[in-house]
Amino acid sequence: MKPAAFEYAAPKSVAEALALKTRYGEDAKYLAGGQSLIPAMNFRVMQPTALIDLNGLSELAFINGDGDELRIGALTRYSAVEHSPLVAERLPLAVEVVKHIAHPQIRNRGTLGGSLAHADPAAEMPVLLTTLSGRVRAESARGSRWIAAADFMLGPFTTILEPDEMLVEIALPTLPPGVGAAFQEVSRRHGDYALLGAAATLSLGTDGTIAAARLVFLNAGDTPKVAGLATTQLIGQTPSAELFATAAQAVDGDIEPMGTLHASPDYQHHLARVLARRVLARAAERAQAQPVA
Amino acid sequence: MQITATINGKPVISEVEPRLLLSDWLRHDLGLAGTHVGCEHGVCGACTVLFDGAPVRSCLVFAVQADGHTIETVESLGTPDHLHPLQQSFWEAHGLQCGFCTPGILMTLKPFLEQNPDPTEDEIRHALSGNLCRCTGYQNIVKAVQLAAKGPSDTRVLD
Repeated sequence: MKPAAFEYAAPKSVAEALALKTRYGEDAKYLAGGQSLIPAMNFRVMQPTALIDLNGLSELAFINGDGDELRIGALTRYSAVEHSPLVAERLPLAVEVVKHIAHPQIRNRGTLGGSLAHADPAAEMPVLLTTLSGRVRAESARGSRWIAAADFMLGPFTTILEPDEMLVEIALPTLPPGVGAAFQEVSRRHGDYALLGAAATLSLGTDGTIAAARLVFLNAGDTPKVAGLATTQLIGQTPSAELFATAAQAVDGDIEPMGTLHASPDYQHHLARVLARRVLARAAERAQAQPVA
Repeated sequence: MQITATINGKPVISEVEPRLLLSDWLRHDLGLAGTHVGCEHGVCGACTVLFDGAPVRSCLVFAVQADGHTIETVESLGTPDHLHPLQQSFWEAHGLQCGFCTPGILMTLKPFLEQNPDPTEDEIRHALSGNLCRCTGYQNIVKAVQLAAKGPSDTRVLD
């Protein structure tokens, strides 16, 4: 047997899952898609004393359009988002991002809530949530609360969730006309963990100048890194290749990449500048293609 | 724990420890050794099986999670006398050398071709991106998929 022994329970409701977590204590883990947890258990890097399997909680697998946001259940699998006509229509950025996550076999199993609760700085979902300034809802025996993206991730593999809380729902704001978005990442092979990635949203005013811009990096620090320095100088400007090339030079001050096995911090800085330029330009093209009415 | 699952169309009842991986249950307890185990952390794709019809890594699922679900392995495809069209195409196109990665590739491709019967080469390569082959590269594997899509009797893609 690869993983160390653990107790196993498959609750039939969120309330039952929360009660089990309280009973098993802090060394118990929720099992969602398991596509990060089970590899870690196979290596015995993680040895939870109990697994509370959430896969029977079909109430947590849904995608709803609710006003100007999508509400997505925490147990929703990546492939459900990837192939959802609703997401394709209302938030194509989410489809673009999800297609970069590992391989089809992993996406058939991995869940949005699992990825967010895992809070890997090299993962795509935390970057999507941060880029859109989305929210997540946590439930516990004490009640339910919404947590803003900016408050959710505290560090690598660390969130603000309390031991008795479970992430149950995700709210992703959709993008109105006049806002373009793009995501790109560089990995050694498609589906590998990215050496670095970048997401951008860019909104244009009726005069065609940039009204707001957001640029967020993946694997460029201990949490998704918001490039405030680089985007501030875009406001009020007309989109152009020169403008984005200049802004991209400023991302060095926004990120703190730690280096990976296959990319030095210097190389990650280089990738951040290149990807910043590309995603800003792509987001601008898309914003121009859907002007404000 | 006692679990009940449908394996290759047949109901199976089994007593398993929670930490037993689906891949190890299939191979060691059920004797379905066609599912190959490579990296055991979700990278190589050799252990791919269908879980309720969708390809997943059986090394990243516990056997207890199969309780009440339907699993299909490479043994469900064809027999030596009556190969599945995909298996026939891999034969015709020399889509394997050592064959270690092949069961996972076939189980990835079965639903792929059902959903996308006339794929482009790009789509085929994307569908295969989660399956590693270390013998010879992927050229003949791609050709085998093209052959399977056209029907194994159409050998023009082999030229």
